Amino acid sequence: MRHEHIISAKQLSRADIEEVLDHAAEIAADPAAYADRHAGKLLGLLFFEPSTRTKMSFSAAIKRLGGDVVDMGPVEYSSVKKGESLADTVRVVEGYADALVMRHPSEGSAQMATEFVDVPLLNGGDGAGQHPTQTLLDLYTIRENAGLDDLSIGIMGDLKYGRTVHSLAHALTNFDTHQHFISPESLQLPRSVRYDLHEEGATIREHTELEEILPSLDVLYVTRIQEERFPDENEYREVAGEYQIDAATLEAASDDLTVMHPLPRVDEIAHDVDATEHATFFEQAHNGVPVRMALLDLLLEGTR
Amino acid sequence: MSDDQKLRVSKIHNGTVIDHIAGGQALNVLAILGIDGADGEPISIVMNTPSDRLGTKDIIKVEGRELSEAEVDVLSLIAPAATINIIRDYDVVEKHRVNRPEEVVGVLECPNQHCITTENEPIDSQFEVLEDGVRCAYCDTIIREDLAAHILAG
Repeated sequence: MRHEHIISAKQLSRADIEEVLDHAAEIAADPAAYADRHAGKLLGLLFFEPSTRTKMSFSAAIKRLGGDVVDMGPVEYSSVKKGESLADTVRVVEGYADALVMRHPSEGSAQMATEFVDVPLLNGGDGAGQHPTQTLLDLYTIRENAGLDDLSIGIMGDLKYGRTVHSLAHALTNFDTHQHFISPESLQLPRSVRYDLHEEGATIREHTELEEILPSLDVLYVTRIQEERFPDENEYREVAGEYQIDAATLEAASDDLTVMHPLPRVDEIAHDVDATEHATFFEQAHNGVPVRMALLDLLLEGTR
Repeated sequence: MSDDQKLRVSKIHNGTVIDHIAGGQALNVLAILGIDGADGEPISIVMNTPSDRLGTKDIIKVEGRELSEAEVDVLSLIAPAATINIIRDYDVVEKHRVNRPEEVVGVLECPNQHCITTENEPIDSQFEVLEDGVRCAYCDTIIREDLAAHILAG
C-alpha cells in the first residue's frame, strides 16, 4: 500500500482499490491464515460520534489479525470534554497505538489529524465529508455481486450530507460505471463532489424519481435521510418518508438487481425486501471485517 | 490628472504602491495583507477614482514596506488587475502584476460551519485556488462568489 493514511476515497486509484479488494478476498477465503499476523499490535479507536458497524468491524478486524484495541470510549468520559483540542488528543493517543481509526463530526478532521501523527490513520467518517473504508467494503460487495465494470448503479437518498455517497461516487469514477443519483432536489450532491466527478470526466445523471431508472439498474444503493445532518427539523420532515422502497417497488427491477445500504436503515428499505434475492445489505455489513482486515494488514505491513 | 487627484496620490519615499485595484476593494486588500496601520507606517488609500481600464479603481500606498510577490499574489483573488510598484527613493524600481497562487493559507475563512478549520485547532485555513474559485483543503468546500466576504478577521 503506497498510502500512509486512508482519509478520502479521492486518494484511491483503481490499483489501490483492487489491491485491497483482492487481499480481502484472500483473507475471506482463509481467515485462519492471518490469525497471528499482527499479534501484539494495537489499534486506537477514537470515535467522537456514535458508531456500531465501523467501530465493531474494525475491532473484529484487528482482533482477527491477532491484535487488540485501545478505545478512547465515549466523548463525555474523555479529556475532550475538558476542552482538549483534537490535535492534542491524536498526538497523545498515537503513543498508545500502532494505528488509529477516527470518526469525528467535523469535516476535514481526519485530514487535519494526519498532520499531527506518524502512525497510520484511517478516517472512519468525518462529518458529511468522507467515509473511505465504508466505500472499500461497498466496492467489495458490488464486485462480488455485480462486477465493477459495465455497471449501472443508482445511488438514492441523502446525497448532500451522506458521506458514504460522497466517497462511493468518487471511487466509482475509477471504473466503467454509469452513476445515477436519485434524491429530492434539496438533497442533491454538494458542489464539491460534482466538481470532482466532473474533473474525473464522469457524467452526473440526476433523477427525482426512482421509477424512471429502476429497471435499468444493476445495483441500487439506498441511504438514510439523516435527521442529524439537517440544520432545521422542518426541512427534514418535508423530505422524510420519500424515497422508500419495498418488495412491491422492486417488482419493476431486474431479477439480478443488488440492493445495498450502508445501514443503519430506518424505514427507507421495508423489511419485506429482506426476504428477496435483491437484499445484500447484511452481507455488505459483514464484508466490513475482511475488507478492514485487508486494509489494516496493508497499512501495518511496514510495522511488522 | 487634475491637481486635486495629484494631491490625493502624492509620491512616497520608499515602499509599495498597489494600483488598479477594482473600485471599492481597497479595504479588503488591506485586510488580506494584514495591514491595519497599527505599526505606525503611513498608508494612503484612494478609493473609486476614475480608471480607463476598470471604470473606477482604488490605489493603496504603503510607506516603508516592500511587499513580496508571495505576499501580494493572494490579492489576485479579489483584485486580479492589480499592479504592484516597489518604490525606492521616490523611483519605481520594480513593477509587476499579481499572479494567481496555487493555494492561499491563513487568509480566508471556510464558510462551512462544520469544517475543522473553524474550530479551536492549531491549524491555518488553507484553500486550493481553482480557475473560478477556491476550495478548502480540509473539507473540500468550494467558494466561487464574493471571496472578499470570507477574508479572515485580523
